[in-house]
Amino acid sequence: MRAPGTELPICLSDVTVETHGVTILDRITLALGSGPPTVLIGPNGSGKTTLLRIAMGLILPSAGTVTWGGRESVAPVRRAIVFQHPVMLRRTAAENLRYALKVSGRLPRKMYDSRIAELLSLVGLSEFGDRPARTMSGGEKRRLALARALAGDPAVLFLDEPSASLDPAAAKVVEDVIRTVAARNIKVVMSTHDLGSARRLAGDIIFMHRGRVVETGAASTFFNEPHSDEAKIFIRGDLLV
Amino acid sequence: MEPTVSAFQLLLAGDPALLAVVRLSLIVSMSAVGVATLIGVPVGASLALTHFPGRTVVVVVFNALMGLPPVVAGLAVFLLLSRSGPLGSLGLLFTPPAMVCAQVVLVTPIIAALTRQTIEDLWEEYCDELTAMNVGMVRRVGTLIWDGRFSLITIVLAGFGRAAAEVGAIIIVGGNIEGFTRTMTTAIALETSKGDLPLAIGLGVILIAIVVLVNALAWTVGRAAQRYAG
Ligand SMILES: Nc1ncnc2c1ncn2[C@@H]1O[C@H](COP(=O)(O)OP(=O)(O)O)[C@@H](O)[C@H]1O
Ligand SMILES: [Mg+2]
Repeated sequence: MRAPGTELPICLSDVTVETHGVTILDRITLALGSGPPTVLIGPNGSGKTTLLRIAMGLILPSAGTVTWGGRESVAPVRRAIVFQHPVMLRRTAAENLRYALKVSGRLPRKMYDSRIAELLSLVGLSEFGDRPARTMSGGEKRRLALARALAGDPAVLFLDEPSASLDPAAAKVVEDVIRTVAARNIKVVMSTHDLGSARRLAGDIIFMHRGRVVETGAASTFFNEPHSDEAKIFIRGDLLV
Repeated sequence: MEPTVSAFQLLLAGDPALLAVVRLSLIVSMSAVGVATLIGVPVGASLALTHFPGRTVVVVVFNALMGLPPVVAGLAVFLLLSRSGPLGSLGLLFTPPAMVCAQVVLVTPIIAALTRQTIEDLWEEYCDELTAMNVGMVRRVGTLIWDGRFSLITIVLAGFGRAAAEVGAIIIVGGNIEGFTRTMTTAIALETSKGDLPLAIGLGVILIAIVVLVNALAWTVGRAAQRYAG
């Protein structure tokens, strides 16, 4: 149990992202505070990944500002992200975790081994410590990336499509870890285009379409009484283009 | 094939002249590759990770220098070290150190250019993750060199192959002096022109064996990389 630290709230104000004259995010204003998971939903290409990268501080907005706990440009020491396709270092699973522990430097060295074992078991990879990480399957890699993200003891955890293209068993492991993480008072911000996953995990919803935030609110409200036509179509499961 | 038989007889008998030539070749090329690695890897790595005006020009020049003709490298070092040249007072011309210098000039661009490519590709792959983990510059370079170690070893071996096989540079700055600056390649050139084929062929066989060995090593390293790193 720990205080969220100085990372929250993460505030985006009029954030626009453009590349090559294409607007990817269009004047987005929102605040991410502590509490249960915030889930970004929307069809492919709606800008979810880009929004996560902005909130993580990996890319700079073309216009507008991002602040973490009221300050601009805070190094991502207490923030972590699991990419949709995580890249592992050319080492074993355990060594990948050790690397993250070393980089964060928040733990005395003599505790590394026990922490590594703990993290591997949390994501159900206890047997995989000695496996070269890059030979692991997509689902295993995603779980290892989740463990690696937690190694730095983050206050905020971003997850990009954490259960996309996982079989139900692997998806369940990932969702259980997300619940555990949220229960430890780590702010989870995740994207998904899977409505089931959003219903199961979300405290509140940010619904995106074509680079805009169309609707935000508590998950129950969003799913029961969506306001916008786009959200109604999306929740119904019809094709939103 | 009378000469080939004699060559093997020389090899098996451990002919001292032949062994001295082999030894000098290995010492010169290995020293040159050692120095070129110490220069080329850091230069290549920093080139991969930095952006400055004119960087593209530097990259293109290094790439072009990979194909530098050995005789030109030899000529350049000759001019530097000749009695009236800027480093003439060192008295290095026609000594093994001069040959090392010439091969360093030849091999450093290869190691720098290939290192730059390797580290740049790896950085593109790791950039997001390392940035997200807030990895500092020094550890970043260390991580990329460590994770690229198998490729880097292959690059160094390629550099060695180039050094061991060339004749143009060392014959100009070394002078092919018997018992002092004669190497396998310069000896082959000389003995062939003199018509002493047994020695030339014997040396040729050894040279090929060394090159095959180095390539086998590179292949093994590549396999190991696949196995341990995926
Ligand atoms: N680096 C980039 N260059 C050009 N277009 C991009 C880039 N990144 C994303 N886009 C475009 O921006 C849009 C939103 O992308 P993204 O944030 O990945 O959406 P989502 O994660 O919701 O599928 C897409 O149309 C995508 O093609
Ligand atoms: Mg995406």
